[in-house]
Formats: sequence, structure tokens, C-alpha cells
Amino acid sequence: MDFIVSKYNYWIYIILMMIGFYAMIAKRNLVKKIIGMNIFQTAIILFFVSTAFKKGGATLPILTGGHGHAAAEHAIEVANYINPLPHVLMLTAIVVMVATLGVALAIVIMIYRKYRTLNEDEIIKALK
Amino acid sequence: MMEQIPVLIVIIPLMCALITPLVGLLRKNFCYPWVILSLAVSTTCSVMTLNTVLHHGVIHYYLGNWHPPWGIEYVIDHLNAMMLVLVSATALLVSIYSKKSVEQELPDKVVYFYTVFLLQVTGFLGIVITGDVFNLYVFLEIASLAGYALIAIGEEGAPLASFRYVVLGTVGACFYLLAVGYLYVATGSLNMGDLAEILPAMYGSKVILVAFAFFLVGIALKMALFPLHVWLPDAYTKAPSTASALLAPLMTKVAIYVMLRIMFTVFKPSFSIEYLPIAKILLWVGIIAIFAGALMALAQVDFKRMLCYIIVAEVGYMVGGVGVANAVAIKGTILHILNDVVMTLGLFTVAGIITYKMKQHNLSDFKALFKRMPLTMVAFVTVALSIIGVPPTCGFFSKWYLIQGAILADSWAFVVALLFSSLVNVVLFFRIFEVGYEFHSTGAAHGDGHGHGETAVIEEAPLSMLVPTLIVAAFIVLIGLYNQPIILNIIQFAVPKI
Repeated sequence: MDFIVSKYNYWIYIILMMIGFYAMIAKRNLVKKIIGMNIFQTAIILFFVSTAFKKGGATLPILTGGHGHAAAEHAIEVANYINPLPHVLMLTAIVVMVATLGVALAIVIMIYRKYRTLNEDEIIKALK
Repeated sequence: MMEQIPVLIVIIPLMCALITPLVGLLRKNFCYPWVILSLAVSTTCSVMTLNTVLHHGVIHYYLGNWHPPWGIEYVIDHLNAMMLVLVSATALLVSIYSKKSVEQELPDKVVYFYTVFLLQVTGFLGIVITGDVFNLYVFLEIASLAGYALIAIGEEGAPLASFRYVVLGTVGACFYLLAVGYLYVATGSLNMGDLAEILPAMYGSKVILVAFAFFLVGIALKMALFPLHVWLPDAYTKAPSTASALLAPLMTKVAIYVMLRIMFTVFKPSFSIEYLPIAKILLWVGIIAIFAGALMALAQVDFKRMLCYIIVAEVGYMVGGVGVANAVAIKGTILHILNDVVMTLGLFTVAGIITYKMKQHNLSDFKALFKRMPLTMVAFVTVALSIIGVPPTCGFFSKWYLIQGAILADSWAFVVALLFSSLVNVVLFFRIFEVGYEFHSTGAAHGDGHGHGETAVIEEAPLSMLVPTLIVAAFIVLIGLYNQPIILNIIQFAVPKI
């Protein structure tokens, strides 16, 4: 039980990912597939951000006490700050995800204009 | 200036892609020379980079002068110097080829087509040049997103094919990203060289194993390895012919390059071959991919769709070659990456010419083509012989190394698969030659364009399409004849020490 509670964010990431995966495989509606895809990607953001977290009251890495060089002269206790790098990586990943979502929705609009439906089975029927 | 050349290879197509809509605003016709210009400069830069690598060894370029592991680093060794030249030269040829075909198929989307086209090339070049695993993810997604867009504007049914590619491609990219995350958690680094130094101490760790598994599955989705190939045939069949001439040779091969990088640079052969039974699995997946691809290619009546299944089989060659896991087979794999880009480019440019002339691309459209388009058919025959593996053409030599490597490793099943696939290719292409000779008088049975002097109506493809196709055919023979210098100067340095 402790294993689950103490690492609950990782469990949520796995559950979210599986929800997204299920939606991509099982739903026949194209927009629902896209939403599933987005949930799948969001789960990965949760995973990355979770890895940055440190126990024991670590805060944001905003250095007080002067500008760049002056701050760097003080010894910085790494354990006091959460790791900023995964957050930065996720900013890039969010941009990629928004772009993917945009392209996917644009394609769905193309499909809808042509076949007047979003159901995959009906589209395949119309194609034959 | 000279030391900035590696970054220019990527920056120039990227910047030019962003300027293309403005150029299109000025005059629609300017886009075509603009794209050719930018790709020509990029190709020149990559040839110069290859030259530097050949004479002075590996190049390290630090973006913004941030030294690794903090900043992003471009590392260019023999393997990716070759890939850079290959990608940029292919893109240049396709861009020259594109004019008529784009005007016919997408008359009102020319400007945006070329914008996305350049972004696509940027993505490929970036994947190949970078030495940072996260940067590679970003470029992988740039290439994929541009690919989705290019495919979606194709013929009837293309949007649905593209939609499926979006869903599967995103899953592949997400798996890759997860693998990067796991590696970062374990090592605290994203730089390939840095990872390669830190990782050996942790080869037993479960986190590393999971990361490796996610890497392989994610990349296998992108390269259309057999059970995960379902998106490929529809997508490349229905894409506009220029788009498929760009995507089909490069996307799968770039993904195979990434696989080689991950398996032999980030991880060492001692991990990916000796520690894990991965090589065995890859070998058998490759063998199954060859059989499945070859058999499904036999069942097609659509020419482009048949080519797509040939690609599935060719991916099997290369993955199986990595699976054989000795120096000879991996030499064959790397040579086959080079050859397969050129051969697939040749096939899809011919398919584009057929589509341009006939407005469709079925096998029956080849009727009497030897008479009507002799030069195109000369190119087609050369490419076909190379796919089959007839000696003076390049396809023979990589197959020869692959078979040699498989015999050394006692993987007879792989030898059988390669020979089987060659036989199927003989059937596939000679079937087309037969259709091509229909209604043809005797005396021109060699397929080398004897139709010239006869009274037949010759309606050859437009020059802008024909010339790149013939150049590709010439390269197939040249690479075949000069395969020894290529191997001695480039490829043998790219083979990992096993």
C-alpha cells in the first residue's frame, strides 16, 4: 500500500497513459481518438515533471541574492531546489504536442468535409 | 566561417522554409527555384562536411558554444556525414523533380507544399546531425508532422491514411520520449557521448532495460518494421507523388539510422548484442518482415502500393542485418541504407512519372510504355535490376555483404529470406516488363530503349522529371561500380567494433 501511496503520481501517469491508449484503440470516432492521443501525451508530461520533484521542501530554482555571478558565488545546495531541466524539456514537448493536435484536427476537418461523418467505419465504407 | 558549416546544413532549409510563404506572396513561380537554391546550398554544405570528416575525423559542433553535457552538440562522424549527403542530395533531386507534378496535382497549394517540403527536409537533416537524444526527438517530430501534412493533401482517401499515421506515429514518438525520460532519470544526461560513458556502469539496471525497450519499439513504429508497418502502405500510396518520392526513401532509412545510433553509440554493442538477446529477436523480426513484405507485394495491383510493400521487405533486410550482428552484416546494412535510399527514390520517381502521364498508378498502366517512354523505362529497368540484385548495380553488393555476414553467423534462415525476396522481386518486376512490352514489335527485347528509331509515338516525361530520374539511375550503377571506395573510405569507419 505504501508503495502505491508514496509514488501516487507515477501510478496516475500509468493510468492516464492506459486511458489514452484505450481511447486510441477502441473508439471509432476520430475526434475521440485524438483526445485519447492527447491524454497519452499528457501522461508523459506528468511523468517528466514528477521526476523533477525532490522530497524535503525543495522549491523553485530561483536564486536570490544578486545577479548571475554574485549568486553563483554562494554555494548552492542542490537538494534545496527541484530540477528545472525536465520542466524545460516539457515546454518543448508541449509545443510538439500542440502542433500534433493541430495537424490531427486539421486532418479530421478535411475528412469531415469530404465524408460528412467522423465515424471510422462509415468513412471506410464510403471509401470502397 | 568554415567551422560554422555543420549548423548551416540544418539552418538553411529551416530559415528558407519560413521565408517560402513570403516568396510565394511575391510570385508563386519563385518558390520552385527558391527551394532548389536552398537545398543546393545545404547539399554543398553537407558535401563539404563529409570532406572534412574524411580528412580530419569526427566534427563536434557546440550550439551557442555551450559545451556538452549542458548544451546541444552536433556530432558528425562517418556514418552521419554519409547520411547528411544522402538526405540533402535526395531532397535536392526531388525538389528539381517536383515542378510539373506539384503543378498538376496541387495547383493551388504550391506555396504551402514547398514550405512543408523544406520543413520535412529540415527534420530529416536534424535527426541525422544531432548528438543529443532530446534534440533528436524534436527533429523526429518536425519530420513526422511535416510528413503527416504532406500525405494528407494527396488523392482520395489520403486524409484517413494520414490520420492513421498521425496516431501511430505519435505513439512511436511518445515511446521514444519516455525512453529519453527514463535515461535522463538514471543518468542525468541527454548527450549521446556523455550517455555512452555513464551507461556501462548501469547495464544491469531495470530502468535502462525499460528505456532500451521503449527506444526500440518507438523507432520500430517510425521505420515501419513488419508488425508495426500498417500505416505505411496507405500513407505512401495516397500521398502526392512528389511527397512520396521524398518520404518513402528517407523516413524509414533515417529511422534505421536512429536505431543504429541508439544500439551502437548510446548503448555499446556489449549491451545491445551480448547482454540482451535483442539481436536474435531483430533477426527473426527482420526475416518475417522480408517474407511478409515480399508476399504482400505479390498480391498488389497498384504499382505504388507494391513499392510500399517492397519497402517493408527492405526494412526487414536492414533490421535483419543488424540482427545478424557481425561486422560484415552491419557493413552490409549501412551500405544498404545508402543503396535503398537511391533505389526507392528511383522507384518512386518513376511512379510519379506514371502518375503524371496516366493520372493513376496501376500495374496495367505500364502497357506499351517501353515504346512510349523509352528513357523513363531505361531508368526503371536499372532500378528494378538493382532491387533484384543484379551485379553491376548497387543492390547486388549490399545484398552480397548481408548474405556473407549471415553465412558467417550461421543464420541460414536470413540467407533463405534474402534469396526468396530476390526471387519474388524478379517475378514482380518482370511481370511489369511484360506489361510494358505489350503491343511491341520484335527486336527490342533488351529493355534498353531500342524503341527510339521506330515509328511509335514517343511521349516522354517532361525534362524536369526525366533528368532527376536518369541521374538516380546513373547513381545506382555508379555506386555499384564504386562500392569499394565507398566502403573503404566511409562505411568501414561507421561499423561498430563487435
